[in-house]
Amino acid sequence: MPAMNKAFTRSLFVYLALFAFAACAPQENSNQAAATGPIAINGAGATFPYPIYSKWFDEYQKSHPDVRINYQSIGSGGGIKQLTAQTVFFGASDGPMTDAQLKAAPGPVLHFPTVLGGVVPVYNVPGITQPLRFSGTVLASIYLGKITKWNDAAIAQLNPGVTLPATDIAVVHRSDGSGTTYIFCDYLSKVSPEFKQQVGVATSVSWPAGVGAKGNEGISGLVQQTPGAIGYVELIFALQNKIAFGAVQNKSGQFVTASLESVTAAAAGVSMPDDFRVSITNPDAANAYPVASFTWMLLYQHPTDKVRGKTMVDFLKWALADGQKLAPSLGYAPLPAPVVEKELQALATVQ
Amino acid sequence: MKRSSDDRRFRIGTGAFAALVLLIVLGIAFELTRQSLLSITKFGLKFWTTSTWDPVSGDFGALPFIWGTLYSSILALLIATPVALGIAIFISELSPRFLRQPLAYLTELLAAIPSIVYGLWGIFVLVPLVRKFEVAMGAKPALGVGMLAAALILAVMVIPFTSSVAREILKNVPSTQREAAYALGATRWEAIKVAVGFGKSGIIGAVMLGFGRALGETMAVTMVIGNAPQVTASLFKPQYTMAAVIANEFTEAADELYLHALIEIGLLLFIITVGVNLLSRMLIWSTKRRAVAPIVTPMVAEEVAA
Repeated sequence: MPAMNKAFTRSLFVYLALFAFAACAPQENSNQAAATGPIAINGAGATFPYPIYSKWFDEYQKSHPDVRINYQSIGSGGGIKQLTAQTVFFGASDGPMTDAQLKAAPGPVLHFPTVLGGVVPVYNVPGITQPLRFSGTVLASIYLGKITKWNDAAIAQLNPGVTLPATDIAVVHRSDGSGTTYIFCDYLSKVSPEFKQQVGVATSVSWPAGVGAKGNEGISGLVQQTPGAIGYVELIFALQNKIAFGAVQNKSGQFVTASLESVTAAAAGVSMPDDFRVSITNPDAANAYPVASFTWMLLYQHPTDKVRGKTMVDFLKWALADGQKLAPSLGYAPLPAPVVEKELQALATVQ
Repeated sequence: MKRSSDDRRFRIGTGAFAALVLLIVLGIAFELTRQSLLSITKFGLKFWTTSTWDPVSGDFGALPFIWGTLYSSILALLIATPVALGIAIFISELSPRFLRQPLAYLTELLAAIPSIVYGLWGIFVLVPLVRKFEVAMGAKPALGVGMLAAALILAVMVIPFTSSVAREILKNVPSTQREAAYALGATRWEAIKVAVGFGKSGIIGAVMLGFGRALGETMAVTMVIGNAPQVTASLFKPQYTMAAVIANEFTEAADELYLHALIEIGLLLFIITVGVNLLSRMLIWSTKRRAVAPIVTPMVAEEVAA
């Protein structure tokens, strides 16, 4: 009996010791220079570009076997937070960093647009098979809870020849914080002063109407099974899942159905500021889809680790050239050439 | 000599583990408070009583989330408790012997299903059914998602916890209790009443365990509750819970105050869970006089931001 007790006590102590050891073990420091082996670079941020980023890292590693880039798609907010805390080497975000966020960072942070995305309205109106047309003000009124029936005069006016039912509109928005919500609200705030004043622009906002569903799949699921529902999803999501979506009237009065071309066109007409922090919703171009946005990679202008910094610059150069060709196959709209040109100049300042 | 030193080492060893639990709980409380200081100092007690949740203007109040959490959990409890106790009593007192094990196994299996699976079942099966019911009741607009769907899904998730623990408690009621009842000429129903009365404090513990489970449930609820922060008694309107808002908004909260407000919601959930625990303890104490059956209290079932 005593022997058994002793063995038990001993194992207990071993267990305790292990516990203490695990608690004291040093955390992995991603900024530590890799003395030997491949150059490992960690990044974190937006979920929206995750499929194209992982494809890019994979392809890039094939031609650069000594580089290993890891990306955690934890959300834009998380990406900015981790970049600021310097726990990752680069960040990624669907919305540009605010002035306050830039100030909070320990050094100057540069924004590099990588690809483009669009947001499209999806709906379920009983008896309607042809694509519906929307305008920014009508979408804003629907999401403000001011238009409540599908046969409202404002919707009917945009869709001549379509017999709209008197069904109640069930408004569906994202419940989780999301770049999609940011782009959608950014557009609605530009076209409707009332929306801007009442709701505003952020990844999560205080919606005056409707229900929240989680993720693109949550929205499309709820819209598809609720008669009279309207929601908004990423263009990529709608394309990949073959979900029908409506056309949106752009600034020059054209009804444009979102496509990779019309999203790229939205970026082409915008005058690009030097820091690339620009909203491209509601652009002037006649062929542009109005609810579109860049997604950005975030990089310190003066990285502490020069080897990693150089590698990242080299990777971005590749992503802006060869990488862009991979974008359409995954449903992302590639950047217009002038933007790429300007980004290459900015990349030269990273050192 | 040798033995007594072993005893001492053993006591220190196990004591360290017990202290660890205390430390972790205190650590959680401290860290939650520390990381929500901005919001605590800015909003004070108003945080508990106001209904605005606006990340754009930086104005935060948690009332709709507290309401939604308590309302959905209490509704779930009202639905789940009779069913769970019915299952427990049937299995332990009335079921034919060959059915006992399979039935017990099946109810416990319900507890092993991941909550995301419950959520998907909720979206594709439960919500359309609730919507049909709402249309029949004349609710406008009939969404399906909302408080009723959330309470129902929570009830299904809570049942295995409550019924398993209640069953164990009934099993542990000494057979002398039943024999004594029969000896006095009791009917079967009366004998069961005696057994249930004997295990009352344990059964209350089982119910509170279910309540704790319901308070902290996140994923399944956020998928069916509609995620609209509002304080309303309507069963059909979309509402929101504390755990759901943290899971939904935490990843994208880049602004300091916003982040602190979300963490303060976690703190509130912590405080409410501790409060519910204390309450259940008191309930158990007040009914404990007659009972010897094992006592169970709810765990802190916080699956926040999984």
